[in-house]
Amino acid sequence: MIQCKTSKEIGGMGHSMKRKEDDRFVHGKGNYVDDVKLPGMLYMDIVRSPYAYAKIKNIDASAALEIPGVVAVVTGKDLEQYNLHWMPTLMSDTQMVLPTDTVMYQSQEVAAVIATEKYIARDGREAVKVEYEPMKALVDPYKALDEDAPLLRPDKEDQKDNHIWHWEAGQKEETDKIFENAEVTVKEQMHIPRIHVSSIETCGCVADYNKVDNHLTMYMTTQAPHAIRTVIALVAGHVGLTEEKIRVIAPDIGGGFGGKVPVYPGYVIAIAVSFLVGKPVKWIEDRSENLQADSFARDYHITAEMAGTKDGKILATRMKVLADHGYTDASANPSKFPTGMFSIGTGSYDYPNAFMEADAVYTNKPPGGVAYRCSFRVTEAVHAIERITDRYALEIDKDPAQVRMDNFIKKEQFPYQSPTGWEYDSGDYHAGLELAMRTVDYDGLRKEQAEKRKKGELMGIGLSTFTEIVGAGPSKDFDILGIKMFDSAEIRVHPTGKAIARFGTKSQGQGHETTYAQIIAEELGIPAKDIQVEEGDTDTAPYGLGTYASRSTPTAGAAAAMAARKLRDKAKKIAAYLLEVSEDDLEWEPGKFFVKGAPEKSKTIQEIVFASYTNHPQGMEAGFEATHYYDPPNLTFPSGAYICIVDIDTDTFEIKVRRFVAIDDAGHIINPMVAQGQVHGGLTQGIAPAMYEELIYDEDGNILNGTLMDYLVPTAVESPSWETGHTVTPSPHHPIGAKGIGESPTVGAPPAIANAIVDALKPYGITHLDIPITPYKIFKALKEKGVLDKPIAE
Amino acid sequence: MKTPITLKINGEEHSFEVEPRTLLVHLIREQANMTGTHIGCDTSSCGACTLLIDGKSAKSCTILAVQANGKEITTVEGLATAEGVHPIQEGFKENHGLHCGFCTPGMMLRAIELLEKNPDPTEEEIRWGISGNLCRCTGYNNIVKAIQYAGAKMRGDELPSTEPVFVE
Repeated sequence: MIQCKTSKEIGGMGHSMKRKEDDRFVHGKGNYVDDVKLPGMLYMDIVRSPYAYAKIKNIDASAALEIPGVVAVVTGKDLEQYNLHWMPTLMSDTQMVLPTDTVMYQSQEVAAVIATEKYIARDGREAVKVEYEPMKALVDPYKALDEDAPLLRPDKEDQKDNHIWHWEAGQKEETDKIFENAEVTVKEQMHIPRIHVSSIETCGCVADYNKVDNHLTMYMTTQAPHAIRTVIALVAGHVGLTEEKIRVIAPDIGGGFGGKVPVYPGYVIAIAVSFLVGKPVKWIEDRSENLQADSFARDYHITAEMAGTKDGKILATRMKVLADHGYTDASANPSKFPTGMFSIGTGSYDYPNAFMEADAVYTNKPPGGVAYRCSFRVTEAVHAIERITDRYALEIDKDPAQVRMDNFIKKEQFPYQSPTGWEYDSGDYHAGLELAMRTVDYDGLRKEQAEKRKKGELMGIGLSTFTEIVGAGPSKDFDILGIKMFDSAEIRVHPTGKAIARFGTKSQGQGHETTYAQIIAEELGIPAKDIQVEEGDTDTAPYGLGTYASRSTPTAGAAAAMAARKLRDKAKKIAAYLLEVSEDDLEWEPGKFFVKGAPEKSKTIQEIVFASYTNHPQGMEAGFEATHYYDPPNLTFPSGAYICIVDIDTDTFEIKVRRFVAIDDAGHIINPMVAQGQVHGGLTQGIAPAMYEELIYDEDGNILNGTLMDYLVPTAVESPSWETGHTVTPSPHHPIGAKGIGESPTVGAPPAIANAIVDALKPYGITHLDIPITPYKIFKALKEKGVLDKPIAE
Repeated sequence: MKTPITLKINGEEHSFEVEPRTLLVHLIREQANMTGTHIGCDTSSCGACTLLIDGKSAKSCTILAVQANGKEITTVEGLATAEGVHPIQEGFKENHGLHCGFCTPGMMLRAIELLEKNPDPTEEEIRWGISGNLCRCTGYNNIVKAIQYAGAKMRGDELPSTEPVFVE
């Protein structure tokens, strides 16, 4: 299935090569932001609001400033003097760096304390006295849209209510007509709750402004160093800190998952303070701050509907979404479609009409919905379509696997034009589901389930057959603050045939140092071990938009292949010159050119590279370097068929995932070991929101689970043993046929688990449960159905 | 007021002056300048700061530096010797038991004590054994494999395959 064209020594695509980056990590020699220590460095800590909505009446820093070692206390009023008290968000909204008069969510930054030592900064934080006048917080997004709801953003001139934007796609009239006339319609109200990426490394930075050179070096936890450099330049350009004077370094990053895309106030305050005092300033948030104030994910309220025939033909879908964006619209989305990839809400199924609409609203909660390990709302869209498809199957009393098989887009229909306007590139959905069903013995499981139901036991089988959209993205559709979303690679091969390759993306654990080297090895035949990959330094790497939305392989991986092909073209010219033949007489195999019909007459890539510095043809530019900026012609469309089997304890309602089989189609795989690792990790981040994780707020906007003591990140005990496999449908437009895989499991797993649990409860009339589905939710649902007063066996 | 303490870290004697409130993890990272021990939370929930104190794994964010006075500490920097890497380091690399690497030092040190107490643990015993250490990247499957591999190596048994297994 996965075939290798290169030898193990070269280590091109398809080899499960061990990761080059691991040596430093297992020796404790990784270099994360908190490991950076500079001479004279100061430490910053942040005073945060205990209220979700309050006027700041007074900030008294005098006691803090008396503590020996406290250097300064910075408030919004201080930053206001330099016009640095606000900043733009990724969605062109505005956000206070430090508020000058009103706090808008609990744990919002209110002041910063700068000190010579970490502990002294914390002492200073405790000593700052802030006087608040609390106000009634708006927590419910539906109530925030009430006509008499208080206006949360009077600072925005055009804002008359708390509504942020409306977005829609598809065919409203046609879809409504189909719903009016359809034999069967189903409808469910779903909430995809607010959750958190919770990478084990929190966010932080060291801002190092050099007054003499007017130069800022910013070490920071960022997934998009170049874009951040541009944002800093846009904000700070007016004080003379222009883009060439800014160097952003993202060293090793301890997990990102989308949470390290946004600019957080802490970064900006650290830069401002370093600029003002002329010393390096370190800010590292703790876990509570990370959970309580950094960008959340999801928080979509969805009404999902499906229309179809009695015998199982889907005719149309409708989705209406309310997105709770908190205090400001800082969601990570390409600016051309504010609810991002909800366009994928029609799923893997073939029907001509659909209508999707979404509205976003301000509330007194933390801002910044990030696309947590998903492309701009794919997770929410897939959850809705996969749940409503099961709901439809339940309504017509047909097996959910059969409904899917009957409605899949067929492989000969690709490229497929979706009713919401996207062109799916390739896929073979039937093959994926067939493999998953064969692996679990689907028919056998349904028989077992029928037997168990007779005995009153709760067993569920859940499917999710999703299509994802990744590789953001084609510049006609994708930009962030106007910057188009290409990505880049630069390859320099040294005279002895060893290479350095630099990229505009930034690994947070995805294994780029190995897999990019494998792509170049595939294209040039230079062994992957001889190719050093570097990212995350804006002074050395070519401009790129960073790593998120599973875009590294689809964009920068393609750029690597294209740059390598430019080099191969040059290599061919040099080989022809060295072998004294025409280029047309040459053939390529990984690592060398040889003369057709005379394989003994050959030149290795290393010999050719050496010649490019020592003996290149007259008139040819010396050296062996190439750069490519890749603007994808289309997105890539990975897909998956996941089956989850759960057993639920009939006394405690504890949910046990017995098996979980994930068949992914990500096109060509670069490193199967790394790809599988991504799937394992993503599946665990899929079970998390399905069964454990949710950021919970009370009616006053207080977070009720703002630490890892009560925000339930799965441990090895909760995480099942995953079974994974592949079908391979290469992307027709991608240079190496790869589609990307990092986020498919996060997207595909939650509905598979939810569908399995709801399937287990099918005999009791339960048609839907919102994630996270906990034992208590099951207990409550059964109680409401009146089945718990009697023995459950009935 | 600062208190003098001595620690043997990875076989070497060190003397420090610490505030009584200084956490061991901060001492190791900031004063001993060994940054392989990481901080991931403030509630002793994540285990990124796990190291060995007199051979027992401990979350160093839960221990005051003064409490460790006179003890022997092993951090990730002390695992490899002149003879080569520790079996647990080899296990993690060979089995793709890490992605971002942030939880890895703590996870490996926890696993060392686990394997010393139970040289041939079952999968379930490993999962419970590392349940005080969070990993957000790997989904734990390959961490389990890495620990099984290290166990086999430490016992002198035949090493299990490190090739990924796929549903066919």
